[in-house]
Amino acid sequence: MTGDEQGGDSGGFAVPDAPSRPGEKSHFEPWTYTPEDLSQPDPKTCTAEDTADHSEGLIRVLDDDGVASGEWNPNLSADELSLGLEQMCRLRIFDDRMMKMQRTGKLSFYMRSLGEEAIAISQTMALQNHDWLFPTYRQPGCQFVRGRSMVSMINHCIGNVEDNVKGRQMPVHYTYKDGHYISVSSPVGTQFSQAVGVAMASAYKGEDQATITWIGDGASAEGDYHYAVNFASVFKPPVILCVVNNQWAISTHKNFASGGENFATRALPYGIPSLRVDGNDFLALYSVTQWARKRAAAGLGATHIEILTYRTGAHSSSDDASRYRPADEHEYWPGGDPIERLKNHLILNGDWSEEQHSELEQRLDEEVVAAYKEAVTHGDLANGPWPPASTIFTEVYEEVPWHIQEQREELGK
Amino acid sequence: MTEMNMIQSLNSALDNLLESDPNVLIFGEDVGYFGGVFRVTDGLQEKHGSKRVFDTPLAEGGIAAIAFGMGLNGLRPVMEIQFADYIFPAYDQIVNEMAKLRHRSGGEFSTPVTIRTPAGGGIKGGHHHSQSPESQFTHTPGIKVVYCSNPYNAKGLLISAIECNDPVVFFEPKRCYRGPFYGDPHNVPTWKGHEYSEVPEEHYSIPLGEANLTMEGDKCTVIAWGAMVHVAEQGIKDSGISCDLIDLQSLVPWDRDAVVNSVKKTGRCVIVHEAPKTSGFGAEMSASVQERCFYHLESPIERVTGWDTPFPHSTEWDYLPSPQRIAEAIKRTQED
Repeated sequence: MTGDEQGGDSGGFAVPDAPSRPGEKSHFEPWTYTPEDLSQPDPKTCTAEDTADHSEGLIRVLDDDGVASGEWNPNLSADELSLGLEQMCRLRIFDDRMMKMQRTGKLSFYMRSLGEEAIAISQTMALQNHDWLFPTYRQPGCQFVRGRSMVSMINHCIGNVEDNVKGRQMPVHYTYKDGHYISVSSPVGTQFSQAVGVAMASAYKGEDQATITWIGDGASAEGDYHYAVNFASVFKPPVILCVVNNQWAISTHKNFASGGENFATRALPYGIPSLRVDGNDFLALYSVTQWARKRAAAGLGATHIEILTYRTGAHSSSDDASRYRPADEHEYWPGGDPIERLKNHLILNGDWSEEQHSELEQRLDEEVVAAYKEAVTHGDLANGPWPPASTIFTEVYEEVPWHIQEQREELGK
Repeated sequence: MTEMNMIQSLNSALDNLLESDPNVLIFGEDVGYFGGVFRVTDGLQEKHGSKRVFDTPLAEGGIAAIAFGMGLNGLRPVMEIQFADYIFPAYDQIVNEMAKLRHRSGGEFSTPVTIRTPAGGGIKGGHHHSQSPESQFTHTPGIKVVYCSNPYNAKGLLISAIECNDPVVFFEPKRCYRGPFYGDPHNVPTWKGHEYSEVPEEHYSIPLGEANLTMEGDKCTVIAWGAMVHVAEQGIKDSGISCDLIDLQSLVPWDRDAVVNSVKKTGRCVIVHEAPKTSGFGAEMSASVQERCFYHLESPIERVTGWDTPFPHSTEWDYLPSPQRIAEAIKRTQED
């Protein structure tokens, strides 16, 4: 450890460091949290104070052996669980293939959800279909749950003529209005405070509609995070504010995002009930999201959730995480792997088998390959066809103003 | 028609739209119970309720963010930034978010936010209650930029801004809220009796993108916006030279035909704004006039602007373009 964590009298200020750097042994404090630790308060009467333990501790349903228990167990059917497992596997296999495409020059850029698949899949499954999703680039999995075609997603990542955002945004910056999935933008954190406004509008219109949004531990240092929590505290709209603490923001360890150890408790002084959940536990994620949704539906305002997880992959295809953290650090994460944990749970229940799992993976890989093959019939990165150049000039405004029309004519396309 | 000052006409515009469109919401710092530090939203909360007109936390970035979210979810938010000097915490939300949403989402989403903000000097506001940051928004594709100058165009333009489906930054020259400003701090007229203080009570609109030719002449074209329209009027009178005075009103998009036709007629051009000179919107005007009217120009284009310095407190009359500076510039354009 090279950081100088002493401030004040020892001279200068404190500069934190990550727990381990390349060449050092990975280390995380072992978890002592169990599914029996925490009661489930009544979402309709619960105050912020009532969640003090839930924000300090960790809500889990699956233990390390794959057994589900405790008051937070959502008691989902085997069908629901196997659908959740399938969607998580779909996302991982999709990511694997797309990353290979990026490595072979068929995509300009890519970002995986590796290790965090449970978040988008489980939380979206726990919500109503008309609830708004306001994601970062690490929750594309929501779209599978909402029924978006994989071909359409790949068309966007290639930026071909069928890309619904017309080749204007980098890969993984999806827009899917039919699925109430609001468009991703690159500036981190902006969506968090915007989501509060989306939820205020739903409440103003008297609709039973919640908005869920996510932000990373790194981006929670942005003003937008603090605006969101404060405005949500004041206006009490039906919003679910999730901080995905995956330990890393590119190379910036979460120790730089906050001087405290805990992100969940930050919203308690704002009077917002706050939970901390095992982000690799599909069942616990489902349960806390459902609980927050009940509070939203009852007009009780926001819920703040820290999702404790680990970013297993690099930040993006442009990043090499082994330059700043031990390459095997993810193997030491106390929360394990979300897919393995749900799979083991289903097998333990007698609802799944290794053979079924292999078949599923095979089927999903074929599905992804077929989708990619279909997508490139609409254009690939090297040869197009891409959206026409005229799309540079359209939808800047509702109507093309004269000065942009002149510039389009100057380009001559 | 009713005689109104600019505060009353802006209030009337907001009142009309709160009445006619349930999706219009008004919010910002001190705009609710109190009715705004300049009184523009006075009485609106009492009349339309605190769900329609309300105060917010003092966080411009948060105000802009919730406006963005409301706009994409079907509402028509009208947010106030209390002074344009305080818009910068919201700059990311305006420039990277509002301005790009329609384009970045392939047209699936848009957010029709109107950002009202008092701007400009002349009230002894020093560095941070006097700036006129229009060019920091005209350089951003995806937002429209409007600058009203009198009670009549304030109401008509604000209604158009709110009804526009694109985000609009709407600058209000605070020096002109209660009367036109002719550049002489010792002469403080009200709007009473001014031709543009006759304002319909009912809904009307002035299209965005259209300028207003407020004086007609044939020797020089003077282009101005905001409070400087009135200072330019005085400067033209003092010069004794026959000029077109174009109140630009909309900066993005601006009225190409009004400007080009006038300069082709007069062959001379003076551009006036109170913001600093370097990279001010006057630079865009000057370049555009040169590109479009070069062979009609009889003399170099002049710019009369604020200085490239922070806005001062007690010496602000030496900072703001004066009728004298404008008259001198007009005279220079007449030299051979």
